[in-house]
Amino acid sequence: MSPDAINDVPKDAEAPPKPAAAGDSPKLRSTGLNFYYGAFQALHGISLDVHANKVTAFIGPSGCGKSTFLRTLNRMNETIKGTRAEGAVLLDNENILEMEVSHLRRRVGMVFQRPNPFPKSIFDNIAYGPRINGMGNRGDMAERVERSLRRAALWEEVKDKLHKSAFDLSGGQQQRLCIARALAVDPEVLLLDEPCSALDPIATAKIEELLFHIKNNCTVVIVTHNMQQAARIADNTGFFLMGKLMEFDTAEVIFKTPKVKATEDYITGRFG
Amino acid sequence: MHEIRPQGRISFVRRVLSGDNMAQTVAFICATLILVITAALVFELWVHSALSREKFGFHFLATSTWDPVAGNFGALPFIYGTVVTSALALLIAVPFGVGAAIFLAELAPPKLSDAMTFLIELLAAVPSVIIGLIGFLVLVPLLSAVVPPIKDLFGDHPPFFFSGPFYGTSILAACLVLSVMIAPYIISVSREVLLAVPKDLREAALALGATRWETTWQVVVPHARRGIMGSVFLALARALGETMAVTMVVGGTPKITGSLLSAGDSMASVIASQLTEAVGNMYISSLIEVGLVLFGISIVLNAAARLMILATGTQETSR
Amino acid sequence: MKLSFRRKAVNAVMLALTGVCTVVAVGLLFFVLGYLFVQGGFSLSWDFFTKLPVPVGEMGGGMANALLGSAKVVLLATCIGVPIGFLAGVYLAEYAGGAYASVIRFVTDLLNGIPSIVIGIFVYTMVVARYGFSTYSGGIALGIMMIPIALRSTEEFLRSVPGALREGAMALGATKSRTIATVVVPAAMRGLISGMMLNLARVSGETAPLLFTAFGNQFWSPGWAQPTATLPAMIYAYAVSPYPDWHRQAWAAGFVLLTMVLFINITARSIVASGSSHKSR
Repeated sequence: MSPDAINDVPKDAEAPPKPAAAGDSPKLRSTGLNFYYGAFQALHGISLDVHANKVTAFIGPSGCGKSTFLRTLNRMNETIKGTRAEGAVLLDNENILEMEVSHLRRRVGMVFQRPNPFPKSIFDNIAYGPRINGMGNRGDMAERVERSLRRAALWEEVKDKLHKSAFDLSGGQQQRLCIARALAVDPEVLLLDEPCSALDPIATAKIEELLFHIKNNCTVVIVTHNMQQAARIADNTGFFLMGKLMEFDTAEVIFKTPKVKATEDYITGRFG
Repeated sequence: MHEIRPQGRISFVRRVLSGDNMAQTVAFICATLILVITAALVFELWVHSALSREKFGFHFLATSTWDPVAGNFGALPFIYGTVVTSALALLIAVPFGVGAAIFLAELAPPKLSDAMTFLIELLAAVPSVIIGLIGFLVLVPLLSAVVPPIKDLFGDHPPFFFSGPFYGTSILAACLVLSVMIAPYIISVSREVLLAVPKDLREAALALGATRWETTWQVVVPHARRGIMGSVFLALARALGETMAVTMVVGGTPKITGSLLSAGDSMASVIASQLTEAVGNMYISSLIEVGLVLFGISIVLNAAARLMILATGTQETSR
Repeated sequence: MKLSFRRKAVNAVMLALTGVCTVVAVGLLFFVLGYLFVQGGFSLSWDFFTKLPVPVGEMGGGMANALLGSAKVVLLATCIGVPIGFLAGVYLAEYAGGAYASVIRFVTDLLNGIPSIVIGIFVYTMVVARYGFSTYSGGIALGIMMIPIALRSTEEFLRSVPGALREGAMALGATKSRTIATVVVPAAMRGLISGMMLNLARVSGETAPLLFTAFGNQFWSPGWAQPTATLPAMIYAYAVSPYPDWHRQAWAAGFVLLTMVLFINITARSIVASGSSHKSR
């Protein structure tokens, strides 16, 4: 790793950097977010905007805080004892840190690194979210399940076996099931934490393609250690290093003409 | 750090009624209930043995008279009975149990080992009263037929532990019955512990030219030593509290002789056989005090077993 | 280097001995089962299940009241012991941390290790001394015995559910208790049911605490507040009696009890075994 990289000051450390292609007001805005695991500070003053109906990717080497930041967006970090967040993260101008957490998580969904379907049928997996959030009645449920499965590009493959166990599916299918499950509650934002790292290239390609379609009515935020993936699908990209946001810009800028040296070093493979 | 104010579309009422906190509280109450019950148990034992504790003091543990008529009570015969039957049962069950565990862990093919272990664990599930049933109606008559001829072999001077009149119900019968009941625990736990010993140890010994037996006895078993000790403690704890089978074969006589052939009694069985017939507060109080002593011994044993498990932990990490 | 004859001999003999030990151990089970079957199976009759005991000295009769009494006592015990143990297990597995959890676990193990007769004394002094012998006091005694095992088995099986499942549910907006109820417990259900069955089997064979709580009864025991006959207590009383006909009935009762206990045991174990063969990839 380049010895100068740590000392690079992120551009516009105070004001949230606006990517060149900014349009509407941001869906999610983080201002000066600090995050602590006990005494250890994992995130330092993260400020960025996530724009609606776009794919925003976070990249960076292992341990840089990108996953931590992602999990702050739906407050999943709170399931770990001793964690603390300072600052504000706004979802449509409401501070998520002061929202009722179940309510937040319905609006901001998450897909995890390894598929984690429930030991229930495919149908019950998808229906779980709507049921516990009191969404829709029994009549609508079948329709809602189908809609979610279509958005996750899984409907054709499972439509005849909705009542089979989710564990009968392959790894890639299970991950798409988890995406469908997350979509079933009509979230405004979908967070994905390295969703393809456990999958083969074909399964990965299927997921990348469906994300491209999902962003039309959902905001996608994805953490990935695969730079090619980020370059393929992201509209905006943020580069994290040692808990700091080094650079945040359109994907084109980040991958072709990065403005911060550390970013360039990472992109060109000098470290990470 | 950040207080939760009910923004968003969830109302305050719905949040409370969603019962997240209530569920946790209910679960907490149930967990605490266990503490309460145990404390109440200790309290009751203490309070209801007060009469005899105050009268006899610590002599209760050292006196061997148990005379309900005269009102003199001493728990020594029962402590003796419990200790002797448990110790001898262990003496029988441990070699058999460890032997069987070795066979099941080292020699038997896996499927056979699993099947036999399953059966042995079923033996542990047989209720005590049923072992007692067989003990009283089968073992005792059997002993009555078999022991006198053996005793005759010794002529006029049998060893002290094999002397005196024999009527079938005896310390000997109790030991045998107890060993049947505790053997499955020793076998089951020891087998698991032996199976957990890493393969490399065996292979190293065998490669050096040791026989199967030498490998097992000199390498594998010592490695599993603590776990096997743990199983012995477990078996001992079970033996201590064992009531019905012992009551049915031990003869219910509060006396101490050195002989296996005499009848005797244990702490658990004297309570079982006499509590409902006891008349008079001192009598009842004394029986309850016996229960208190039994309780105390089981606590000490439990604590010792746990300390040993902890010691195993530290030994592992220090390697 | 050739192995000395002595070492080879020792090897053969000792290994053979271990085989003998195993055969003896397994043989014991078959002996118990076999003897009960032979002595008890043939004594079973319709009368056994439907008639009341007859007075001393008369022949015939049955143990219908004991069968019902046992059922009632065990039912009450399950209703007391399983919920408390289960919820306490949920608390330890999902909510508690650190010191308090260790205390609860320690005390639970203590309670588990207490001889059942001492638990009987406890219920005797607290309940029977005040209100007399009764079915419900027997249920309380057995219920207390069920708590530690229910707690341990619940905690063990809940902990075995992967954390990823909990995260998945919470990320969908489920509260902690909702997650536990709708995802964690169903995922652990096989093990929980198996544990409960083993617990039940153990407690149905318990005699000592019942001797001074439910006590015994020659007749039917209406309701819950009267003493009642129970199967294990009858076995005890009949076995040590001097009447051959009572011995015969004790064998029959023993056979019924053992069959039930072993059946529940085997079923419980097969539930867990079949579950693990269908484990997720």
